[in-house]
Amino acid sequence: MPEAAFARTEPADQPMLAVEDLHAWYGESHILHGISFHIAPGEVVTLLGRNGAGKTTTLKAIMGMVPRRRGSIRFEGEEMIQTRSDRIARRGLAFCPEERGIFASLSVEENLLLPPAVRPGGLSVEAIFELFPNLKERLRSQGTKLSGGEQQMLAIGRILRTGARLLLLDEPTEGLAPVIVQQIGRTIERLKIEGFTILLVEQNFRFASTVAERHYVVEHGRVIDQFQNRDLPANIAKIQEYLGV
Amino acid sequence: MFELIGIPPQAFFGQLLIGLINGAFYAMLSLGLAVIFGLLNIINFAHGALYMMGAFVAWFLLQYFGLGYWPALILSPIIVGAFGAVIERTLLRRLYHLDHLYGLLLTFGLALMIQGVFRYYFGSSGQPYTIPPLLQGGVHLGFMVLPIYRGWVVAVSLLVCLATWFIIERTRLGATLRAATENRALTQAFGINVPRMITLTYAFGVGLAAFSGVLAAPIFQVSPLMGADLIIIIFAVVVIGGMGSIMGSILTGFALGVVEGLTKVFYPEASNTVIFVVMAIVLLIKPAGLFGRAHA
Repeated sequence: MPEAAFARTEPADQPMLAVEDLHAWYGESHILHGISFHIAPGEVVTLLGRNGAGKTTTLKAIMGMVPRRRGSIRFEGEEMIQTRSDRIARRGLAFCPEERGIFASLSVEENLLLPPAVRPGGLSVEAIFELFPNLKERLRSQGTKLSGGEQQMLAIGRILRTGARLLLLDEPTEGLAPVIVQQIGRTIERLKIEGFTILLVEQNFRFASTVAERHYVVEHGRVIDQFQNRDLPANIAKIQEYLGV
Repeated sequence: MFELIGIPPQAFFGQLLIGLINGAFYAMLSLGLAVIFGLLNIINFAHGALYMMGAFVAWFLLQYFGLGYWPALILSPIIVGAFGAVIERTLLRRLYHLDHLYGLLLTFGLALMIQGVFRYYFGSSGQPYTIPPLLQGGVHLGFMVLPIYRGWVVAVSLLVCLATWFIIERTRLGATLRAATENRALTQAFGINVPRMITLTYAFGVGLAAFSGVLAAPIFQVSPLMGADLIIIIFAVVVIGGMGSIMGSILTGFALGVVEGLTKVFYPEASNTVIFVVMAIVLLIKPAGLFGRAHA
């Protein structure tokens, strides 16, 4: 396979998601400065970078959740830069926000069933309980009464039902106990086997290296470097410098 | 027993019933306001004017199309609700990112315009609207005579309020509405058409006001200012109950109607102010309202 990096790709080896020269603004502040990257179907790719580098904004811009954006976001070949966020979701993208976005006024079950199915082929509720058995016991609880780890499971679980094939996960391991982080890691492995494509935002690059195939380093709203996961050991010093650890 | 404290039971239960009737209107109108405020973040000052429009549409339907009370009870909320949907699409939509104050000013202006138009054509005097034959007359309950129409108003409004509560708190549709109320952007990013939901929610709240207007038409007269008189009390009810709580609006609405009615029995001089006195006390003790959640 040719390395498609930043070149315009031919339809034959079309990436699932191709972001090119994406800019985004919140009011007067210009957050994304022409970020470009792509993901092939079935890949797990991370955006690494320091706080405030624009990783979360990138995910929100892809989902149409920023007030103003410019550039190109193509999903399965179709341009989405002008598309409204609910229509973006309907094409088969799903977003799991950093703050998890569990609704306090909804029960666990209502949270789980909230996102409508957008395509056939989503996981059944039983399959989600198999991944996250804790949820099954707490269906009637208020969504925000769950522990942090359970809330994260709920936040991931509810987007697996919809049939979306591209998952945008924003720091799914943040603030969680190591045993929960491992469970989330196993879940991502499972999803990879099931053929999901995942764009992962992470600060914890040790976790990222256990699940992802490629990594983009983001700074000041653009990609400044990228690595194959197998090349990580050789570049550890460089990456630590990028991330400021 | 009632004679002992100098109040005949007829008067007591009579006022209790009037209190329940007023409470029914307070409950339905403040419920609509609560649903609208929850999702749209708009304090709908036009609610009273739209309630008045509901009554007038019923009157128009009878005068010009020969359609009586029962069709009006269905058609008027649909017509006024559609009018509300147009208001939302063309005007309110532009205000969501601004402070509450702008929505309040816009809807206050709309209320004045709607009332002005009706006053221009109909003056301040009311148009009579008769009780449908099926609901005329009264039943003897032993201790008092219950006019059937008044009993009907209390029953049907209670039913409508509880059905609304059930839909919002216990169904999938309601869960989507609650989610959008809590976090509009994320709910939309799950693939839910939130803009359409907002339009329909406003239309529903407004339709509920129009429904109340049709129910009110045979009791009060159909007059251009019938909503203006009511809206001030409704806002007091909403403040007492706490903005945005569904069951809170229903309970507070009925309870305050009863409190007002009983005040007429025991201390008539205070009956016009008692709701505002309660409001002042509640604001002092629990500023978010009896059922309201305090915002951080």
